[in-house]
Amino acid sequence: MKVAIIGIGLTKFDEHWDKNLRELAIEAGTKAIEDAGIRGRDLNAMYIGNMSAGRFIGQEHVAALVSGELGLSIPAVRVEGACASGGLALREGVFSILSGQNDIVLVGGAEKMTDIMPDYVTTTLMGAADQEWEAYYGLTFPSLYAMIARRHMFEFGTTREQMAKVAVKNHHNGCMNPIAQFQNEITIKDVINSTMVADPLTLLDCSPITDGAAAVILCKAELAKKYTDTPVYIIGTGQASDTLALHDRRSLTTLDATVKAAQMAYKQAGITVKDVSLAEVHDCFTIAEIVATEDLGFCKKGDGGKLLDEGVTEIGGKIPVNTSGGLKAVGHPVGATGIKQAAEIVMQLKGEAGKRQVKDAKIGLTHNVGGSGATAVVHIFSR
Amino acid sequence: MIGIVGYGGYIPRFRIRVEDIAAVWGADADSIKKGLNIEEKSVPSIDEDTATISVEAALNALKMAGINPKEIGAIYVGSESHPYAVKPTATIVGEAIGAGIEFTAADIEFACKAGTAGIQMVMGLIKGGYIKYGLAIGSDTAQGKPGDALEYTAAAGGAAYIIGSKDIIAEIEGTYSCSTDTPDFWRRDTAEYPSHGGRFTGIPAYFRHVITATGGLMHKLKLKQSDFDFVVFHMPNGKFPVRVAKMLGFDMEKVNPGFIIPKIGNTYSGSSLLGLAATLDVAKPGQRILVTSYGSGAGSDSFSIKVTDLIEKKRNTKKIQDYVKNKKYVSYGEYTRLRRTI
Amino acid sequence: MGHESSVPLFWRLIKSRYQLVGVKCKTCNNVFYPPKYLCPVCRKEGKLEEIKFKKTGKILTFSIVRSAPSGFEKEAPYPVAIIELDDGPKLTSQIVDWKEEDLKIGRKVEACFRRIYTDGKEGIINYGLKFRPV
Repeated sequence: MKVAIIGIGLTKFDEHWDKNLRELAIEAGTKAIEDAGIRGRDLNAMYIGNMSAGRFIGQEHVAALVSGELGLSIPAVRVEGACASGGLALREGVFSILSGQNDIVLVGGAEKMTDIMPDYVTTTLMGAADQEWEAYYGLTFPSLYAMIARRHMFEFGTTREQMAKVAVKNHHNGCMNPIAQFQNEITIKDVINSTMVADPLTLLDCSPITDGAAAVILCKAELAKKYTDTPVYIIGTGQASDTLALHDRRSLTTLDATVKAAQMAYKQAGITVKDVSLAEVHDCFTIAEIVATEDLGFCKKGDGGKLLDEGVTEIGGKIPVNTSGGLKAVGHPVGATGIKQAAEIVMQLKGEAGKRQVKDAKIGLTHNVGGSGATAVVHIFSR
Repeated sequence: MIGIVGYGGYIPRFRIRVEDIAAVWGADADSIKKGLNIEEKSVPSIDEDTATISVEAALNALKMAGINPKEIGAIYVGSESHPYAVKPTATIVGEAIGAGIEFTAADIEFACKAGTAGIQMVMGLIKGGYIKYGLAIGSDTAQGKPGDALEYTAAAGGAAYIIGSKDIIAEIEGTYSCSTDTPDFWRRDTAEYPSHGGRFTGIPAYFRHVITATGGLMHKLKLKQSDFDFVVFHMPNGKFPVRVAKMLGFDMEKVNPGFIIPKIGNTYSGSSLLGLAATLDVAKPGQRILVTSYGSGAGSDSFSIKVTDLIEKKRNTKKIQDYVKNKKYVSYGEYTRLRRTI
Repeated sequence: MGHESSVPLFWRLIKSRYQLVGVKCKTCNNVFYPPKYLCPVCRKEGKLEEIKFKKTGKILTFSIVRSAPSGFEKEAPYPVAIIELDDGPKLTSQIVDWKEEDLKIGRKVEACFRRIYTDGKEGIINYGLKFRPV
């Protein structure tokens, strides 16, 4: 299968006190439309990933909001899968084109998180977990991933230092990414000594609260060359679900949904993990990147920490992970992340990633997770 | 025969010392300790309240009784600190212990004697043949107004009693009560903390009613001091029960097993019932216990309780002394956080 | 007044939460807590019946929440854990009455009845089971 991406658009990811959700969405949307060299009226539909505008800003019906603000009356659908909303929206956009229903669609993701107080943000994000059996007892997302980390350390000897290296690497990459929320280098010591949020995860192990939007323009593969000489193609997509509550999972150290989604995507793309040049994975917390690299097949289960020790996932390493800076350094406006990941891969495959450029990037992978692993979606990209 | 089929208590594990309270108010800890005969008091955790304490005590009582909770026909919870002013603690307890839906329930208030009043109510239902087993609980998370004398003694704890007429481990031989309109200690509906009459809470209140009820019980059952192996009085502080025991002619030796207030404070509706439980923990078959509660407002319930042969076999739960000894000290600051005053 | 203040939402699960009541599938013999409404293993062929679990178990993993969600601020820091009941099912709750050495994978715990969440000065009080080391 083959669907083309002919344009991308991103806002800066930041605490945008001056911008509301619709302004961020318009900014990313118009940038993508311009980058693709199309007019708004060329779009057949739009898919918008957004996790929780209802609780962040009291706004539902966000797809209609975006299409209305863009002055378009095309079909507009909001797609929600917690933190995987963006990745799921991308998949829906891909299917709408493969089905023959649409020729050109806009797929975007946006989230406005900073208009409410941090404790309410924490509560709202727990909407991605089991409300009655996890949130009820005062759990938070950091504590859920902290429990995964604790178990991973227990079963495989993963260390605090290895987890910290994820944040260090991603901050380093973020310094070279103009849209990243954080553009500062940090050290392992900085991570370990920062404020404890949920033992053993500290503040710098956690992705931040961010406002932002990202958009891509998809079109039928056959039409791509009409718009650009350098299309990037989505050649595989996979998705899987798992139990909502962490305690119901088969394993506390493997996200089965990631494993299944990746296998599905590799198969559809006709590749194996060895063919992947670089990946944007879901590092909502440092441990999540370690687990993701294992579940995507970059290494054996339990060896995710070693990849950090050996520099395998740095730019210049065997398989760079999160060249954008990941969720950690770029920021994590929930619904936008999955689309931002796709945009990063597009830039890398087109050779337009500036200082973060990976040499000979041929095949890219994005990995977007919802909640503590109840949803996982993987896309494979190629020139 | 009517009596206790199973009993259980619960005391939260945090403690605060008199010294740590006195330091905050610039008071003389030594004279307070001497004057009230108390060292420290129990403090509930931030997620504990009268309902949770009642449930713990009731589950212990159930374990000892060994009965199916669905056979409990009545649940009464006596307290001055019910979590709700309107919505019974008794039904929360009923649900938590699996009592099913076929039972009557109500919350009781009569200051510190609400628990013993519950026992009498349950006795009546059993004797009348209306229910097979009844559960009566006295428990509190008492609040002392910061800076007030009561702050040193207002504590948290509770005890539960399953009463029945079969398989009893201690027979309730009789009960005698007295009640008068004596406003020695009260709390208005919207007031956060109780008020009291100072020294008025002594002779005209505590002593008059405890002595009247105890004397009345002994007269009614034709028993003398020497007929009792143990005696338990409501413990608002460490002085009153000692003095009243002396006034009534009971040796401290008989008071000591139930005399837990110096280490845990005044658990209000739980006080005499926890004292009774601590006594039952060490009593032998054939021994007789006298219990007199006191509730401000005012009244006393007195009981004569005779231990049966069954007690040694059935005593299978944590002892009250285990709860007394399982403790962790908190500072005054932590205490105010736990009591939600800050 | 959001879902945190909902009376029916809380009331519906009282029996399950207070008494550790879950379900057992008579077809595949699997037990589930929290209770399921459809056996995820057998689906159509499943026959679920109520079952009360023993209140003892052990810690599988844990953390300490220091940055609390709204309504839990005064209680932080508090440990949370995934606990495996002796009867099989795994659930999530808080750990109470703990010392540092109790927070260990494998530590034996038992359920106890505690307040979970209080909806301000006028709302209802949500109770449930937390776990303490034995």
